[in-house]
Amino acid sequence: MTVFIIRRLMQSILVILVMTVLVFAGVYAIGNPVEILISQDATEAERAAAIARLGLDRSLPEQYLAFLGNLVRGDLGTSFVFGEPALQLVLQRFPATMELAICAMILAIFMGVPLGLYAGLKPESIAGRTIMTGSIFGFSLPNFWQGLMLIMLFAVILQWLPAGGRGERGEFLGIESSFFSWDGISHLILPAINLALFKTSLVIRLTRASVRETINLDYVKFARAKGLRPRRVIGLHVLKNIMIPLVTIIGLEFGSVIAFAVVTETVFAWPGMGKLIIDSIFQLDRPVIVAYLIVIVCLFITINLIVDILYAILDPRVRLSDQKA
Amino acid sequence: MSLLSIDNLKTHFFTKAGVVKSVDGVSFELDRGEILGIVGESGSGKSVTGFSIMGLVDQPGRIVEGSIRFDGQDLVALPEPKMRDLRGRRIAMIFQDPMMTLNPVLRVDTQMIEALRAHGKWTDEDARQRCRDVLGQVGIPSPDERLKSYPHQFSGGMRQRVAIAIALLHQPDLIIADEPTTALDVTIQAQILYEVQKLVAEHNTAMIWVTHDLAVVAGLANRVAVMYAGRIVEMGTTEEVVNRPFHPYTSGLIGSAPSRNARGTRLTQIRGMAPLPMNLPAGCAFRPRCDRASEACATAPDATTPEGDHLVRCHHPLGVGQDRGTAA
Repeated sequence: MTVFIIRRLMQSILVILVMTVLVFAGVYAIGNPVEILISQDATEAERAAAIARLGLDRSLPEQYLAFLGNLVRGDLGTSFVFGEPALQLVLQRFPATMELAICAMILAIFMGVPLGLYAGLKPESIAGRTIMTGSIFGFSLPNFWQGLMLIMLFAVILQWLPAGGRGERGEFLGIESSFFSWDGISHLILPAINLALFKTSLVIRLTRASVRETINLDYVKFARAKGLRPRRVIGLHVLKNIMIPLVTIIGLEFGSVIAFAVVTETVFAWPGMGKLIIDSIFQLDRPVIVAYLIVIVCLFITINLIVDILYAILDPRVRLSDQKA
Repeated sequence: MSLLSIDNLKTHFFTKAGVVKSVDGVSFELDRGEILGIVGESGSGKSVTGFSIMGLVDQPGRIVEGSIRFDGQDLVALPEPKMRDLRGRRIAMIFQDPMMTLNPVLRVDTQMIEALRAHGKWTDEDARQRCRDVLGQVGIPSPDERLKSYPHQFSGGMRQRVAIAIALLHQPDLIIADEPTTALDVTIQAQILYEVQKLVAEHNTAMIWVTHDLAVVAGLANRVAVMYAGRIVEMGTTEEVVNRPFHPYTSGLIGSAPSRNARGTRLTQIRGMAPLPMNLPAGCAFRPRCDRASEACATAPDATTPEGDHLVRCHHPLGVGQDRGTAA
């Protein structure tokens, strides 16, 4: 296990390195931030000074090496726009996005798995068919429209919940989070639901398909032949087996929820990383874009590591230390 | 009174393409300590008969007619909680593929102890002791260590022994074995057959051994029932059925297997293929493949007993009257 984790960490460093090259080259290719940052009527001297200050006068490899050197020291540069360290800027927004993502994933799992289980066990029933039809809506409704409708219904017409923004944060055990104040939670509900609906549909469909596949296998029949109660047959024999594909998908989706919550964050004016990255791309704020992408890559790597460890816990046939991966 | 008495059992599957009459009027009796072999090709309904007794027929199948009397109660009419109480405790089942019968993600002790606890309270220590004892009985070395293993750490033969051990946990009155040695190689098959026979004899357990291999049944069962297209076409003592078959199908099955007595001669084969269960021929289902078929075979033959209790369902049974001696 330890060997596995060390090997994985080495790989991760390589992945981050490759990623920085790609990101750096990609961002460099987008355009010249000087055009945006400096007013049209600036003099040539002012222009040259700005370029030198931002380090844009050096060649691309030089800029990259300088960037790498700073990266090792934990310095990802200063935002062109805000004048603050880019990493700090991203990490400030990180908790808000995490709150949203965690909340959405919990919703997706706790709605998706039971509904999928039911639809898988009773595929011919009216409820089972309704769940499956509903999941098609979850897939196909455009996220932004769905968000607007949620605001219309619950914030404008019913006036049950606030329309947007992040509410007050409560404090618990020294951690500051929206989870610990009612105002915070009430602000969280709508965006979380909006973000969760698509994932819920995905989890429903995956759960249903896995249940349908597993339920006919001999070991499930054998479990029933032992005289076990249906609750144990489903809750242990079936569920533990379908957790393996579910954990994979949930892990991947958790990463994507964090990285791509942009639409929801925009619709609900949620001050998360998604909104920051969109603004930064518009303003060609290179250090922030790079810092954001590095944070996201680290996040994906961590999630994948956790998924792999969960595999070993769920499936005894997976031996992490023997794996070449 | 016999332990198990099945009368005119019909288990049909209602699929979108039509009704599949997997089991279509099966009747037999079984006493304590007796081993009945049910022999037939794939799709003859032999496994479904076993699952019907267990009450584990899956959708879209169900028992449409007949009764299964087990120790005085009719299993067909029994409500599910009572049926569940019998399952595993008084009627146990062993499955065909040992690679698939044990749950791959649960340890062997989990899977054994849950079977014990499904039918009563067991302390940890008692349950483990019982598991160790039974694993020892089925010939698993160092059961203590093996209890903590996962199924993938066992070979196929060992897994089947574990499955048999689970079936034996509660010392059931009846064990239904659905081709339990088919997936194993011959030496392991012989060992397991020997051990099962011994264990069944020790505890006076009744057993139904479902297989497509007459040779397996010949050395094991007291009586044999041959199934074809959902019906028992021949049933008698093993000696009667194997040595003096009445039904042309049974005779064909015996002739198609190599044996010491017929060394050097060509194996006979039954022409044609087993009929699709969806469109069985009217009358005798074996008619299109039978050399002895006549116009009379267009009506389904009734079960008759030309000699003693040796039952056959054929208009032109072999070895009866003038035909004696021409059987394979």
